[in-house]
Amino acid sequence: MKIPLFPEQASTFAPDVDNLYFYLIAVSVFFTLLIFSAVFFLAIKYRRRSGNDGVPKDVHAGILLEVVWSVIPFGLAMVMFGWGAEIFFRESRPPKDALSIYVVAKQWMWKLEHMEGQREINELHIPVGRPIRLTMTSEDVIHSFYVPAFRTKQDVVPGRYSTTWFTPTQTGKYHLFCAEYCGTTHSGMIGWVYVLSPEDYQDWLSGGKKTGTLAERGEKLFNDLACSNCHKPDNSGRCPTLVSVFGSTVKLVGGATAKADEAYIRESILRPDAKVVFGYQPLMPTFQGQVTEEDVLELVEYVKSLTPKPPALAPAAENKAQASNR
Amino acid sequence: MTTPVAQEQENYLNNSYGLKSWLLTKDHKRIALLYLATITLFFFIGGAFATLIRVELLTPQGDLVSSDIYNRLFTMHGITMIFFFLIPSIPATLGNFLIPMMIGARDLAFPRINLLSWYLLVVGGLFALFAMLAGGVDTGWTFYTPYSTTYSNSWVIATALGIFVAGFSSILTGLNFIVTIHRMRAPGMTWFRLPLFVWAHYATAVIQVLGTPVLAVTLILVLCERLFHIGIFDPALGGDPVLFQHLFWFYSHPAVYIMILPAMGVISELISTFSRKAIFGYHFVAGSSIAIAVFGFLVWGHHLFVSTQSVYAGLVFSFLSYAVAIPSAIKVFNWTATLYKGSISFETPMLYAFGFIGLFTIGGLTGLFVASLGIDVHVTDTYFVVAHFHYIMVGGAIMAFLGGLHFWWPKITGRMYPEGWAKLSAGIVFLGFNGTFFPQFILGYLGMPRRYHVYPPEFQVLHVMSTLGASVLAVGYLMPMVYLAWSWKYGPLAGPNPYRATGLEWKTASPPPLHNFDELPVVTHGAYDYSTVTEEVTSVG
Repeated sequence: MKIPLFPEQASTFAPDVDNLYFYLIAVSVFFTLLIFSAVFFLAIKYRRRSGNDGVPKDVHAGILLEVVWSVIPFGLAMVMFGWGAEIFFRESRPPKDALSIYVVAKQWMWKLEHMEGQREINELHIPVGRPIRLTMTSEDVIHSFYVPAFRTKQDVVPGRYSTTWFTPTQTGKYHLFCAEYCGTTHSGMIGWVYVLSPEDYQDWLSGGKKTGTLAERGEKLFNDLACSNCHKPDNSGRCPTLVSVFGSTVKLVGGATAKADEAYIRESILRPDAKVVFGYQPLMPTFQGQVTEEDVLELVEYVKSLTPKPPALAPAAENKAQASNR
Repeated sequence: MTTPVAQEQENYLNNSYGLKSWLLTKDHKRIALLYLATITLFFFIGGAFATLIRVELLTPQGDLVSSDIYNRLFTMHGITMIFFFLIPSIPATLGNFLIPMMIGARDLAFPRINLLSWYLLVVGGLFALFAMLAGGVDTGWTFYTPYSTTYSNSWVIATALGIFVAGFSSILTGLNFIVTIHRMRAPGMTWFRLPLFVWAHYATAVIQVLGTPVLAVTLILVLCERLFHIGIFDPALGGDPVLFQHLFWFYSHPAVYIMILPAMGVISELISTFSRKAIFGYHFVAGSSIAIAVFGFLVWGHHLFVSTQSVYAGLVFSFLSYAVAIPSAIKVFNWTATLYKGSISFETPMLYAFGFIGLFTIGGLTGLFVASLGIDVHVTDTYFVVAHFHYIMVGGAIMAFLGGLHFWWPKITGRMYPEGWAKLSAGIVFLGFNGTFFPQFILGYLGMPRRYHVYPPEFQVLHVMSTLGASVLAVGYLMPMVYLAWSWKYGPLAGPNPYRATGLEWKTASPPPLHNFDELPVVTHGAYDYSTVTEEVTSVG
């Protein structure tokens, strides 16, 4: 029976991580053989012979030997450190043009949301050759999104967004595991990542039930929850306008500033009085308990879609929906 | 050799009899034996959990126990082995027995506190046993929040209280060792004449005293949130779940050094004795223990590389983790160099020492893999990590514990263990250990997550290999239980110094008298001066 030794390489990171792994194996095998053969050889050569009951002379080497066998391993270790850090830095910086997908984890399933509106459970369909960025959160305990074939893993933490990214390099079907122990059916919190050719991916996108894009669903929620009563596009409401807020730096009451990223918008929905915009009263009620993590993600996408209208269009709420369509 | 000491001679075992004479003893040697009995019990409880885990994993399906039971098994295996076996193992038994003798003292500085430490371990252990019998706990030994504080439906509180109480046992033992080593050394026993076993325990004691209180505080915070819903870790209550991981690993990473530093101390004694040579680079081996204790407090964040900790924090912790590897490497090189031009014999303790060097080398080198950010993202929370820390904590700490137990067995009991059986079991342990855990490195790199009850079928072959290895390992662990118990009564009399070793503990009778020495020793030379042994031994009997 054939026993596999290495997992498949299916992302751009996989060969990088494997090359570093081979370097570490080479260093480890060298030192293991060095120590094992030294112990074996010395133990045999200097074994106590019968009749020889003398006390061997102590051997003293200068400090030089101690320095040498400290500095050489340290140098080799620094290569491991630098090489590993370089990969890690690339893994933590998703490219701007990455395809964005949301992940909501809960005991014991993965829920995946595409911008175009497709929802999946324990399955993720993505195109080959494009960088994919995942923005992830958990509804309950800590989980961890792990695709061994991509060599990427990222904890999914309740109360915050974590991100990870990868570029799949070959089509196929790969394991998705939860890697952080999360309770009874932890080992059942698994799924498959399907990497499709661009054509198959387009087919997949066009199939299935149409539910509107994430931003469209977010807009509906925005109106249903009456957010639009106060947050008016022309800044005439009691609350600040949300047009162009995403990505900007917001001035807060008390003089501090905050960068308006996904986490900021999430916090503003769930804990509105945590960061109050300069010049406004803390009037907004909390939506904690009224919206799910998925609702929040839809609202975030809607806010992200709010860009200033061309002057030809009236800045009315009805038209904004048009503008936010792709 | 010398004439064996007659058993009728009064010693710490026969100077009084009865349960009360044991349960109220203030003799460090008897307390060491109380600890030995306690941790042996916990070792076999933890081992029973491990056996069930390995049998369950023979097949990919969850067919032996339910997922809830499986989760409790690996949790209770970890908690039992770490908090109630490994952390007290070498310090509380061999350390307790030997440190006063090695420095030429009659007892530890605080004999009553020493007895209290044992009672605290027993009380903590009873809490944990109660939790196990009442239905168990399923959080993993790491108690990650908010699972442990809000979601787990198991005996979290009783278990955490047990660990909390046992922690004070560890703190008091450490405190006792620090004061004893500072204040109770015999005339002439300077710091650089101390055996390396004592240096290693000094470093360990510093970690116990400084680190364990953080664990105690962390567990109390878990209890506050679980019982009173005070938001500390659960984001639904306004807390921060990753804060728990920082607090937990601030203790639990140094705790690995609580387990391995005393083991390194044992190995230094064994290598020296069976080479009849001073440890090569004594000052470096002693200093590296202190360096490990200090640097060990600065690397906890390497458990959090994928936790959403900042990228730059990851960078710093990765660098420091490599820094802490160097003192360990220095020890391995110096032990190996000690063999050079020695007079090497192959009694059982030396076989364990060789086994330790081999397994610790593999465990240490695979530590370089998980310290590397790029590799750790892939292998963290997989069987690679499981294999790595078992190589350190089982391959390292337990090999050294068994080696030390055999080595000092004649001092403790006055009797020799059966050499043939002991050598056989040392070989079985070494083979069984590698059979169990080497396949797990491959499993981990393939992507098999840890703590999985059910797993994809392509991992089965390696799991079956691991379980076969574990069956061999179990035999290797059971054998010493039987023959050591047998030898206590029937083993050949040992005499004061059967290995012609140098430590002060060998300059008194076996078993030692109640106050260790008939006449308190005066030290005139370094720890490993074998030229002084021959004539002294003949004068003791």
